[in-house]
Amino acid sequence: MNAVLVQLAYLAATALFVLSLHWMNTPKTARRGVFSGVAAMTIAVLATWSGANVTRHWWVLIPILIAVAPGIWLSLVPLTAVPQRTALSHAFGGLAAGLVGTAKYFYWLNHETEALTAFRMTAIILEIILGYLTFTGSLIAAGKLQEVKWIPQRPWVYKGQNYVNLGAFALAVLFGVLVILSPGTTTSAVLFVLIIVLSLNFGWMLVMPIGGADMPTVIAILNSYAGLSAVAMGFVLDNKLLITAGALDGSSGLILSIIMCRAMNRSFANVLFGAFGQVAKKAAAGEQKQYKSENAEGAAQMLEQATRVVIVPGYGMAVAQAQHKVRELYDLLSKRGINVTFAIHPVAGRMPGHMNVLLAEADIPYERLQEMEDANSELPQTDVALVIGANDVTNPAARHDKTSPIYGMPIIDVDKARTVMVIKRSMNPGFAGIDNELYYMPNTLMLFGDAKAFVGEMVKNLSGAGH
Amino acid sequence: MVQAFLAVGAAVAGADPAAASGAGASLDLMSMLFVFMLATFIGVGVILRVSRLLHTPLMSITNAISAIAVVGSIIVAGGEHYPTGIRVLGAVALFCSMTNIISGFLITDRMLKMFKTREGGKP
Repeated sequence: MNAVLVQLAYLAATALFVLSLHWMNTPKTARRGVFSGVAAMTIAVLATWSGANVTRHWWVLIPILIAVAPGIWLSLVPLTAVPQRTALSHAFGGLAAGLVGTAKYFYWLNHETEALTAFRMTAIILEIILGYLTFTGSLIAAGKLQEVKWIPQRPWVYKGQNYVNLGAFALAVLFGVLVILSPGTTTSAVLFVLIIVLSLNFGWMLVMPIGGADMPTVIAILNSYAGLSAVAMGFVLDNKLLITAGALDGSSGLILSIIMCRAMNRSFANVLFGAFGQVAKKAAAGEQKQYKSENAEGAAQMLEQATRVVIVPGYGMAVAQAQHKVRELYDLLSKRGINVTFAIHPVAGRMPGHMNVLLAEADIPYERLQEMEDANSELPQTDVALVIGANDVTNPAARHDKTSPIYGMPIIDVDKARTVMVIKRSMNPGFAGIDNELYYMPNTLMLFGDAKAFVGEMVKNLSGAGH
Repeated sequence: MVQAFLAVGAAVAGADPAAASGAGASLDLMSMLFVFMLATFIGVGVILRVSRLLHTPLMSITNAISAIAVVGSIIVAGGEHYPTGIRVLGAVALFCSMTNIISGFLITDRMLKMFKTREGGKP
């Protein structure tokens, strides 16, 4: 195919990519978005492959064929494992960008030194720094999400860590500037390799100190980096399709990470360098606070008498595999004419939007899933708020207790409902180690037990009473 | 004004502003920066309208889209003039990108199929 046709094909692919993301705006058209994305990618691959410069077809075909099996396998993971799959794919994306940048640099160094303009070199340096740091950073993020044994879930910190990390990054940038200034020498080639080594190290060092609870933000940021490394590759290769598609991805990662940060009332810097989620070292609370508990039968009765119920699911619900039982509960209550909705906090689950997917998998209709703001405006008129596996996102301390680590974080105001029921294994504080004052409020009932078993009990009670 | 603009562009491009090819390269560089800026604005505009329900599928479809790095990988792996060592780097990159494309689109579709309205379960 000649160059003009290839460019026209790229133009079509760009339009299809934009449409693909546009159609993602509602579940009704979202699958069309996938088809459009697949069409765009197919056009891009075929156009590039048929370009005049690509002649070694086996070198293209064989890697593609090898990729089919792992690609399909990675698409079949359970939905609880989607966050780590996503992190892994950022790692792959970063590695691909890094490798292509490396390949182009060494090719030009040995064959066409004059092609190494300052502009191109800047793009290559950005591409490899972003690419390689995304690669190792995402691998660690995937490991933390998968709860691999040798990667600690808790932040891994030591004194002066941020200085060491920033030092490594600054050194990589300094070397980068030196390479840009005189790209064609042997020294530069050595420095180039050092930049790769530093970036690989910087990536994992950056993510190790970040706790498991912050991974949703981290994978959103890494998503953005993977996109930006594709943009840099576009600048290196004079390819506008790479620039547009990379920019779409970069802006998506950026927006998702901003949403995540806002939902936790934290800044980027605080997420990246704050080492949140260390075991809180606070003095043991002296007084024993009072709480009320209830059994499944009583809880089921209260639900039955309600006219409006809001269920607040957290990741704990998915860990306990309770979502299918919750769906049965939803069905039984809806059949009695009770209005049941699900209030979803933006950070519920382990990546942006994760909880929605987990509930959709359990066949809960998506129009029953409410965003936090909508749920909060209706909670004061709600009879029962049922919290399953969520903790910090329901803690009223976030609204008023300035000493709480989560102060200022937007929460779901379940305490404003007439009755709050919390399913929990025991009174132990959760992952972040913060005590939840919701549990001691007069309108709160604690339902102790495994989420799946307890909801199962309630379902049994409700379906028995129906006869 | 225009000349000053070109000179700045060419200086950024690392080319001699006097040379004709330098001016051409700088124009190309500027057009790439324009494309990048506009694409970012379009990206932000489009992404902001995506329903929060779909943020996980959005992330997996953008994974697949950012695997557009496949274009660079094909050029390096299958290009005519590259020595074998460099070609291998391209082939590995191609494998990584292709894995992302296949798994990204498949899993997005798999998740989207689960989003249903309440057709069967009438209250």
